[in-house]
Formats: sequence, C-alpha cells, structure tokens
Amino acid sequence: MRHALLILLKRDLLLAFRHPNDLVNPLIFFLIVVSLFPMGLKPDSQFLPMMGSAVIWVAALLASMLSLDNLFRSDMEDGTLEQIGLLPWPLSALVTIKVLVHWLVTGIPIVIMAPLLGMMFNIPPEGIRALMLTLLLGTPVLSLIGAIGVALTVSLRRGGVLVSLLVLPLYIPVLIFGAGSVWDASLGLAIRGPVLFMGAILVLALTLAPLAIAGALRISLE
Amino acid sequence: MSTPASPTSLETLNLRCERGDRTLFEGLNFQVAAGQLLQIEGANGSGKTTLLRTLCGLFESTAGNINWCGQSIHADPASYHAQLSYIGHLPGIKLELSPRENLAFSQGLRGQSISQNDLLNALDAIGLYGFEDTPCRHLSAGQRRRVALARLILDKSQLWILDEPFTALDRAGNQRLSELLAAHLLQGGLVVLTSHQPVILQDVAINRLALE
Repeated sequence: MRHALLILLKRDLLLAFRHPNDLVNPLIFFLIVVSLFPMGLKPDSQFLPMMGSAVIWVAALLASMLSLDNLFRSDMEDGTLEQIGLLPWPLSALVTIKVLVHWLVTGIPIVIMAPLLGMMFNIPPEGIRALMLTLLLGTPVLSLIGAIGVALTVSLRRGGVLVSLLVLPLYIPVLIFGAGSVWDASLGLAIRGPVLFMGAILVLALTLAPLAIAGALRISLE
Repeated sequence: MSTPASPTSLETLNLRCERGDRTLFEGLNFQVAAGQLLQIEGANGSGKTTLLRTLCGLFESTAGNINWCGQSIHADPASYHAQLSYIGHLPGIKLELSPRENLAFSQGLRGQSISQNDLLNALDAIGLYGFEDTPCRHLSAGQRRRVALARLILDKSQLWILDEPFTALDRAGNQRLSELLAAHLLQGGLVVLTSHQPVILQDVAINRLALE
C-alpha cells in the first residue's frame, strides 16, 4: 500500500505542475492581498504590525480555500475518482495523500512567503517567528478541514460558495489562535499555550478529517 | 489475497435500487460464472449504469445482496476490488498525462509493478502504437477510450465491469475489444457489460439481461 500511496503523491504533484496557473494563482492572490494592505494604511501607523498578523492569516486562509476547489473536481470529472474509490486501499489514506499534495503546493509556499510579507507590516522578528510557526501548524488544518467541504460538494456543479459557508466557521479557531499568537509574540509574550493548542487541533484534524473526507467522497460518488 | 472458498462467480440476490424516489429495478437475480459474459440491455434511464456501479460497490443498493465467490462484496471490499476492473462512462484517464503515464500510474495505484515493455505491448495491442507519449488531451475520444481499455490488459483482474465499452470505438477498435473479451472469457474471466449494439463473440455464449 505504501508504494501505491507514493505513486498517488507523485501523480498529483506531477498534475499540479502541469497546471502552473492553478498552482501560482492562489499564491499571487495571497501576495497581492497582503501587500496592498500596508499601502492603504499610514506607513508609520503603530497598528501596522497588529493588522499584519490578522491580514496575513486571513489572506492565507482565503488563498488556501480558493485553491481547494480543484482538489477532487478534476478527478471527479474525468472519472479517475471512481477508479480511486475502487482501489483495494482505504480511501481515507488515499485522500490524505491528496490533501498532503494540496498543502505542499499551497501551504508550504505561504509559510515561506510569510516572513517577507511580515516585514512589510513591520512585524518584529519574534512575531515573524511566531507567524511562520503558527502558519506551519495551521495551514495543514485549513487543507484538511477544507477538503471535507470540497468532498461534500464535489458532485454539485457550483459548490464554491457553499464550501465557504461550510468551511469558514470551522476555520475560525485556527485563525484566532494563529493571528492572536503572532501579536502576542510581537509584544514579547509567551505563546506556548496557543501554539500547543494549534498542535492539538492539527493532530485532531489529521486523525478525524481523512475519515470524514472519505465518507463524504463516497456519498458524492453515488 | 485469500483463496475463494467457493467457485468464482458474481451473483445478485433480490437486488433493488432506487434513485431519488424512483425504483430503477427490484427483485433482480442473476449469476455470472467463470467464462461467462452478461450483457445488460435496456432503454436509456432504465438503470444500467446504476446497476454496474452497484455491482462495483460504488452505489449502495436499497435491498438485496451482491455476492462474489459466495461472499458479500461488502464483507471484504479490498480483496473484491483487487479482482475487479471497472470502466465507466468516463474513461478515468488524465488528459494532462500521456497514455504511457496514465497506465503506469493506474497500475502503480493498484499496487502492481509493471515493466515498460508490458506497458508498450498493451498500448500496441489496443492499437495506440505511436501515441504512447502524446498527451491524452490531443487524442480523439476513441483513442482515449482505448487508453482506458488498455488497463484491462494490464490489470489482470478476473471480473470486468464495462459500461458501454464499444462507444466511440471504430471498426478495428471494436474488433480488438471483441478479441480481448473472448480471450478473457477463455481464461475463465467474467464480464458484465452494457451495450446498445449486439455483442458478437466467437464461440462464446452471451447471457442477456433486460432492464425495463
């Protein structure tokens, strides 16, 4: 089974790189949204670093959600999802790989771009460290939770808005802990608590979300 | 893979399927044994595709059982699916990938390792010689269907469930598929398919089932 999962990882990465537009669009979106904000604010504003943590987090959340739409859709439309559903391996393991690929192509670049954008908001180094750490813990959760919504709506012709309605409320805790701890860290406060909490959310999502995604996909496949 | 306790066969017992609030069929009983082909006939919308998807385990029947080798297909779906090849309406191939890549991935996903030689032979056998590395986006509908059918050669599974396998194929493609089916049945394979045109295979009796 491990071999099959590796093959799926390879296939999905290859497919992602055959569509450079889909790959780059959410990242450009993230970059544009975040970099426009400081220009709209007074450059010496003391609110800048405080705004920054929230803006970067919200933009990361939206970028992740926008790019989710295609997670299962193309596979659904060309029938490969049926074939994946008929593989002799647990569907939950297979979808975990698909979510992993989504995180690798959107989550990781967001984490890497974050420090640069943090500097545009004049976030102090401690804050930037916290930003990267929380994004690293938070973006996989965004991918996992978002995938549940996408799996539920993949058989609908236009599921875009529905997915946001389903998924955004579940994103809120991650957003609160993530953006909050960046601000706390900038003030020199300890952020151990919220970071551990985000770790716990990640573990929880990693254990339960694949089962939910697989269940939702089975319904969509009917 | 566990050895089947009873002889290879696919049978349904009192199968009943509903879509929305419409009953597609009920009280459906049939058996397909090794070396047999079952052709399912019926008008558009009579539930042929739903029946095939139910046989695969993709669609949940409202009532009744489907047994593979005397055991319900839901008892051990993994080993059932390992012996099943399903080709639906949609060919299940990635347009961004070449036929060769498509087949390599689909075999890898099934956990079968496959040599480049076997791969090229299968593509040759289905009549795609010379198109191995053309992205499937640039292939015609019939050629895409051939890529999907090439999977049958490589899968080496016992049970083939095919939804309208002859659509989009030209005369030569028809011929190749018929030969493929005949060879599979001769080796003790099972085939369940839907087709609007009569399926004619040499030396093979074809069972027909009509859905109303």
